[in-house]
Amino acid sequence: MGHPLSSPEHARHALLYMWRIRKFEEAVEDLFGRGMMHGTMHLSIGQEAAPTGMCMALTLQDQITSTHRGHGHCIAKGADLTRMIAELLGKKIGYCGGRGGSMHIADVETGNLGANGVVGGGIPIAAGAALASKMMKRGTVAVSFFGDGAMNEGAFHEAANLAAIWKLPMILFCENNGYGMSSSTAKAFAIDDLADRGKGYGIPGVNVDGNDVVAVYEVAQAAVDRAKAGEGPTLIIAETYRWKGHSRSDKNLYRTKEEIEEWRTKDPIPKFIARAIEAKLLTQEQCDAIQNDAIEAIKAAVNESVKAEAAEPSGLLDAVFKAVTA
Amino acid sequence: MSDRMLTMAEAVREAMSIAFDERPEVFLLGEDVGIYGGAFGVSGDMYHRYGAERVLDTPIAELGIVGAAVGAALSGMRPIVEIQFSDFTAQAMDQIANQAAKIHFMLGGALHVPMVLRTPQGSGTGAAAQHSQNLEPWFASVPGLKVVVPSNPADAKGLLLAAIDDPNPVIFLEHKLLYKIPGRDPVPEGATRIPLGVSKVVREGKDLTIVATGIMVNKSYEVAEKLAAEGISITLIDPRTISPLDMQPVFESVEKTGRLLVVQEGPAQAGFINEVIAQMAGSSSFGSLIAPIKRLAGMNIPIPYAPQLEKAAVPQIEDIESAAREIVKNWR
Ligand SMILES: Cc1ncc(C[n+]2csc(CCOP(=O)(O)OP(=O)(O)O)c2C)c(N)n1
Ligand SMILES: [Mg+2]
Repeated sequence: MGHPLSSPEHARHALLYMWRIRKFEEAVEDLFGRGMMHGTMHLSIGQEAAPTGMCMALTLQDQITSTHRGHGHCIAKGADLTRMIAELLGKKIGYCGGRGGSMHIADVETGNLGANGVVGGGIPIAAGAALASKMMKRGTVAVSFFGDGAMNEGAFHEAANLAAIWKLPMILFCENNGYGMSSSTAKAFAIDDLADRGKGYGIPGVNVDGNDVVAVYEVAQAAVDRAKAGEGPTLIIAETYRWKGHSRSDKNLYRTKEEIEEWRTKDPIPKFIARAIEAKLLTQEQCDAIQNDAIEAIKAAVNESVKAEAAEPSGLLDAVFKAVTA
Repeated sequence: MSDRMLTMAEAVREAMSIAFDERPEVFLLGEDVGIYGGAFGVSGDMYHRYGAERVLDTPIAELGIVGAAVGAALSGMRPIVEIQFSDFTAQAMDQIANQAAKIHFMLGGALHVPMVLRTPQGSGTGAAAQHSQNLEPWFASVPGLKVVVPSNPADAKGLLLAAIDDPNPVIFLEHKLLYKIPGRDPVPEGATRIPLGVSKVVREGKDLTIVATGIMVNKSYEVAEKLAAEGISITLIDPRTISPLDMQPVFESVEKTGRLLVVQEGPAQAGFINEVIAQMAGSSSFGSLIAPIKRLAGMNIPIPYAPQLEKAAVPQIEDIESAAREIVKNWR
């Protein structure tokens, strides 16, 4: 795509996608509150700049793996909002036909290999996707999104090392929101700077303000260029914050109201609006219209999904294996 | 009395607290067991009562957590590990199956592993395929592990106390839908143990024997009560410990009823309940059967997300009811 400040069109894209993510998450919360959605939900409100900036450095063919908090990654990579909402509502037209739900949405057309219910589960998979790209000389990169908490799983370490020794076209993109559920990074790590982890594997580790979509894009593009030039992986640590609880049942006992309030003032969306207006790429009216577009898009997706046909249990047994063809 | 109608989460917490009070070497470790109180609220206020040294919050690192518990257990401690969802025992399987389970045997008895691994399992919460499995056969197929599947708060308390006492690794599988509901029976005060490896005859009848595990015990109980009104009388047996498995009450019951229905939530294919059928088939009580053994189990699929799909994937009360009715009506 390109730099968020390179043209009005790019600025519009950055803002629109951040709003889409925000409004999507608000809609999910609402559907939950109204008892229309079951299971649990992991909202990424407050974290919208990270996936948006990263994905603006990618092509449609580049691949991502995502997490339990994956709606933002999925939207930023270009997924269809109706099929996403429909999945959450257990509808036939949902991305997984109602079989996967929030934690398992994948979209092959936009290179999204899937959200993941297992913390760290997607990291080695992205390494494998990068390996395939390298073997087949596809010229694509694979980005693994994961949280700070995932960096203490063996999967992170094994995948980082493989990516490093094989110089894979991979980006290890950590959304450091300060907590893995109730565990703060201060408690879960004995290092202050998570980017230092790169050194242990011979990978550059870069820190970035994860609430600044422009800054995220810039480090992301550098990492993509490096990967596509055959120089290997990069570890990006994007500092951000989740405004909402970890999941539906979180009482936020492990952090203070003040801390949450403070981070709300670092909202990535107004931050970018100010930059875009200052750069004379967008006017306030245009920004308002973009917000409205996002609201309308989500509304339409919800309306269409609500009306869609529910997934049916028949055929579940046939869904386990892909049919063997000669 | 009525205040002893605890939920399973409360009963498990009570057992852990008793063990904490009895032995300084008992401690709890796992993800979010501290100030969060556990993902399902099981450790609750224990962090405040016992402190961060004995209620140990860990990073997200299941292999490390279980391995550290194994090492501590070898060195005089009695760790209780909580794995947030049983599905994530997969990450820790080397330490569970290759290390903990084998150390006593493999090392000629030189060391043993007094560790309990508690973990929630089961479907019904809409958490989909990676958060809803019943993994009994993973553990029950490994010699060296004891495996407990409590179906109610009172049993959970007594069995967990016995599991903590046990000098061997015990996998304790708690169904998450049972956490928040009180059991049928009050939970006794005090530190009464329920020995591992003893099946419980939950109710007695003369027409049909049902062997069920975990949450299926509760569903089968409802069916038994309902059918009793129609004149179908059912014996319900809850093995409680699936390894070691106590089949004696099953044999004795089948000799009286002549009919056997086995029920589990996990997939039928290579499921634990098949062990009950195999042992029945090889026993001298087999000749007492007047009906083919009937098996009700989950479909051979990962647990789906949408509620209507999730329900279809595992046995429901209606399924148990019609199976029970059919066996008794069709085989006289
Ligand atoms: C292997 C594994 N262990 C534990 C969990 C339960 N769990 C789900 S999300 C989560 C916290 C993840 O923290 P982080 O990686 O920082 O991502 P965030 O939730 O902050 O986006 C935990 C412990 C899980 N899903 N998978
Ligand atoms: Mg985090």
